[in-house]
Amino acid sequence: MTTSAQWLRRVGPLIESLLAGLIGLVIGAFIMLAFGYDPLAAYLSLFSGSFGSVYSWAETLANATPLILTALTFAIAMRGGLFNIGAEGQLYMGALAAVAVSLIHLPSPFNIIVSLVAAMVAGMIWSLPVALLKLGRGVHEVISTIMFNWISHFFAFYLIANVLTDPKRGEKTISIVESARLGRILPTASLNYGLVIALITVAFILFFLWRTSAGFELRASGYNSEASHYAGISLRKQVMRTFLIGGAIAGLAGAVQVMGRPPTYAVMSGMPQLVNLGFDGIGVAMIGRNHPVGIVVAAIFFGGLMVGGRIMQFDPGVPFELVRVIEGVIIVTLAVPELRRIFSVARRKLSGGG
Amino acid sequence: MEMAHLWGILFLSLHAMVPITLAAIGETIEESAGLFNIGLEGILLLGALAGALGAEASGSASIGLLSGMTAGALVGLLFGWIGTTLRGSQLITGVGINLFALGFVALMLTVLGAPGFHSVSREIQVPLIPLGVGSLSPLVPVTIVLAFAVWWLLRRTQLGIWIRAAGDNPGAADVAGLPVNALRLGTAVAAGMLAGLAGAYLSVDWFGAVTKEITAGRGFIALAIVVFSGLNPLLALLGGFIFGLFDGLATWVATYPGIKEIIPWQFVAMAPYIVTLAVVAGGIGRVRFPKGLGVPYLRE
Repeated sequence: MTTSAQWLRRVGPLIESLLAGLIGLVIGAFIMLAFGYDPLAAYLSLFSGSFGSVYSWAETLANATPLILTALTFAIAMRGGLFNIGAEGQLYMGALAAVAVSLIHLPSPFNIIVSLVAAMVAGMIWSLPVALLKLGRGVHEVISTIMFNWISHFFAFYLIANVLTDPKRGEKTISIVESARLGRILPTASLNYGLVIALITVAFILFFLWRTSAGFELRASGYNSEASHYAGISLRKQVMRTFLIGGAIAGLAGAVQVMGRPPTYAVMSGMPQLVNLGFDGIGVAMIGRNHPVGIVVAAIFFGGLMVGGRIMQFDPGVPFELVRVIEGVIIVTLAVPELRRIFSVARRKLSGGG
Repeated sequence: MEMAHLWGILFLSLHAMVPITLAAIGETIEESAGLFNIGLEGILLLGALAGALGAEASGSASIGLLSGMTAGALVGLLFGWIGTTLRGSQLITGVGINLFALGFVALMLTVLGAPGFHSVSREIQVPLIPLGVGSLSPLVPVTIVLAFAVWWLLRRTQLGIWIRAAGDNPGAADVAGLPVNALRLGTAVAAGMLAGLAGAYLSVDWFGAVTKEITAGRGFIALAIVVFSGLNPLLALLGGFIFGLFDGLATWVATYPGIKEIIPWQFVAMAPYIVTLAVVAGGIGRVRFPKGLGVPYLRE
């Protein structure tokens, strides 16, 4: 009987996420009914719009790409017992660093690499003070990351309007030079090789967390920081590592979005293509249960909601914002451990009379 | 600079002070009891919508403010319920509330037939007090009085001692016979009401409209002010005024000819966040937050 209990422990989180997703969709349906929309027609349009054809899959995956990365930033911190909501600001810095590299006019194969590295470094630089303030002054990361998100918000506005501005079009930054753009995978869709970069990062984090001693230490300190401290694991090192890796990945998210997403390859003023990607990543990580593979699946789900939500807006005419309502309900549902308790009771019963 | 400009900046600062201070003193009450709600931004947004709808349905600004408070209280109740009885994660619930509010308010604005913008007509906005040099919202003095009242409640009353005990040492409070979870739930509702009032102030008083960007991070700023104040409502009032002042200055710098070319407004807008970080980093050793903050209370 133990095997089925173990099996349930494995799939338990998956079922919880599915159940939360279902609750989100059901509450979304009730809200639609209340406003006089037809929920069936809406969901049909939403899901065929996001997963119904090769093109819609490509758009869904293109939307999932940056979310995979920002969700990894949040998840790796959660694995280490930290609540890092700073991806939002770090990704602005990453995107603008990638744009800035275009000013140097490097030869072709190097400029892609230098742009990506510059974005990661920018994300790390933006993340470093959060770690230092936590270690040196005991400032909680929720507070410092919120502050840094706002500082980078205004700093990015300044850079877009005054430093990296396109001399011909004031409402955007200069565009990334053509040779530093990430190619499209399909000729017409937005999907680009940024997805490959995101998946390589997923593989790297999987390997890091479960196949290296540094990853083990990180998970151990997240699981029980006191015990791992007595086992000789340096908490300082964990905090530094978590924030620096997280910052690099969030910076990468910004770079991939601006280097890969057609058509402008520039940051528009007001940053419409960047704003909220960091916060949405938190939701993706939650639904993906802070596991790299789960995150890929959850990011595709969120990406699908974004793409399908726009289609739904045209056809049965249900406002796109319903998608965010559904996401919010899913996350509040996942915050409730009652769901988990139902499974632990079932597990106890399965593991035999205990 | 002429006197008129100074008065203009002062009034702008006082008006900008109201929503962040109201939300911050509410959060101070619940953080004293051990709850940490990063969903303030969402409650403000829902309060703004409920306030506008309530004012329109009734034709009265005060009913509008009450509707905002009711909406806030309901969300606060949900947050408190998940954070106490259900022992859920407060941080994640807060993130979910923010996301839900962003979607729901934008959805409602579209349903109301005005995607992105819904204005509240002049007659049902809160009437301003004319003061010769400018007009002031009655909620400015209300906010100042509330800050003192909450300070008195938390520091000078039996209930305040109970609330702080529930946050600082829930185990001991429980042994002493205090209903820890009920106290926490109550503070969550009170905090929701104040944040809802702050939101309704935005729509039926200060801006006279609802947009989906109306809160512009004010809920997060309120969280920063709570940290800055070290759970002292009077310092939260001061912090609210300083943030309001920089808000007013940024608007002034961005529009005043001769100044806007020299100082980028973005740096003025950034300043309060940098100051908060500096204050928090410098003062965290002195300020003591409740030991039970953010942790659900489990009787062992």
